[in-house]
Amino acid sequence: MTETPMIQIEGVEKAFGSKEVLRGVNLAVPRGESMVIIGGSGTGKSVLLKCVLGLIHPDTGVIKVDGEDVERAERDAFLARFGMLFQGAALFDSLPVWQNVAFRLLRGALKRPKTEAREIAIEKLRRVGLTPDVADLFPAELSGGMQKRVGLARAIAAEPEIIFFDEPTTGLDPIMAGVINDLIREIVVEMGATAMTITHDMTSVRAIADDVAMLHGGKIRWAGPVAQMDDSGDPYLTQFITGSAEGPIEAVR
Amino acid sequence: MRFLAAIGRPVLGFLAATGRFTLFVLETFSHMFRPPFYMREFGHALLNIGYFSLPVVGLTAFFTGGALALQIYAGGARFSAEAVVPQIVAIGMVRELGPVLGGLMIAARVTSSIAAEIATMKVTEQIDALVTLSTHPMKYLAAPRVLAATVTVPILVAIGDTIGIFGGYIVSTTRLGFNPATYLQNTVDFLELHDIVTSLVKGAAFGAIAALMGCYYGMNSGRGAQGVGRATKTSVVAAAVLILAANFLLTEVFFAG
Repeated sequence: MTETPMIQIEGVEKAFGSKEVLRGVNLAVPRGESMVIIGGSGTGKSVLLKCVLGLIHPDTGVIKVDGEDVERAERDAFLARFGMLFQGAALFDSLPVWQNVAFRLLRGALKRPKTEAREIAIEKLRRVGLTPDVADLFPAELSGGMQKRVGLARAIAAEPEIIFFDEPTTGLDPIMAGVINDLIREIVVEMGATAMTITHDMTSVRAIADDVAMLHGGKIRWAGPVAQMDDSGDPYLTQFITGSAEGPIEAVR
Repeated sequence: MRFLAAIGRPVLGFLAATGRFTLFVLETFSHMFRPPFYMREFGHALLNIGYFSLPVVGLTAFFTGGALALQIYAGGARFSAEAVVPQIVAIGMVRELGPVLGGLMIAARVTSSIAAEIATMKVTEQIDALVTLSTHPMKYLAAPRVLAATVTVPILVAIGDTIGIFGGYIVSTTRLGFNPATYLQNTVDFLELHDIVTSLVKGAAFGAIAALMGCYYGMNSGRGAQGVGRATKTSVVAAAVLILAANFLLTEVFFAG
């Protein structure tokens, strides 16, 4: 008997006005695996991710998380299973770092005493390579790389089963990007979480992915294990991996 | 037909926008009465909207009260009615100028700041982050701000009314030769409880309008710096116009007939 995928996307379509972004996406993310979705800018990677989270509602199609339809799930319990690292980290400017990390632990169903929440936040900050003295700084006082780490600490603070990473290395220098990639890989393996990452950084793909899916023209163009990616024989995927201007993907879109 | 379409399109657009805003208002108010309650955010909003607006509202009221006294004195002199300065300053400040100018200053200071803050949160995905952290943005961002404005602006208006009357008193007693004790006596004797209640009700309504417009335009902001700028500008203009329209309606309700 095959195991139910943690995330199952079936025939998802989404248009914004006359612009059809997703045109029938089908994808399954197995439990405990790290799936990386690649694709050019504006191909709908972020839209797909937000559809899974219920931040955007698809026009048609079904998205199931652990066998349960996203649209019918009880929101708080559903969202409590997720952690997300946003592209720009999306830290709350008005809160110090530790309160950003412990946001979920300071309010709602997972609320803990303030001292305990702070201890957990500091432990998570350590896990992503930040020292406790960062805890009382505000996000604006941190560098881009540090903000990403804080965002990562926030994403894992409540020990989620599923973690989403939206362009985790965008805007970082290669060394910091490598550090973030390694952290993501370590944390996902360590926590046994299911991960879904969207990126167009091929170094990230090779460092993070178990499986890769390429989104192009509103559909999944290719999906498979990362080890088979280079020998896929798919001209779109090959062009994307090599970054060539020559090929079926138009350079000017 | 083209002529009808040209009329119909903006009318439908206006009705749709009114409907969206009405739903937004109802949802915001519904979140004020349903847990969880974010007391820390409410406390911050009380401080930002109420306490930190005190200087600007106080200064506006003081200078307006002083100018009003000078105007009434000069105008009253045309028909030998200079003596009514204390009464007219009191009634003018409490019934109209205190709440309206207070409301407009709140629109300038608070609506713009709320709209810019929430719009920036939207374009930097902080609002999406709130949702993924199981926190309803309306409950966390809109409800505490609107409640805080509805509670604190009447207090600001009451303080503004008092400072405005004091401004008139200072000008009248130092420049226009009024007796201080008589001025104060005339002011107290002339004001009725109804005037004060009206002033506070107007303050609450204007506070709610100012915060609601900031939250609404912030949450519906477009992308990028231009989107934030447009949301901020539109929220202030809409809040100011709505405050003036609400002032007319409330004056009609309280004082007509």
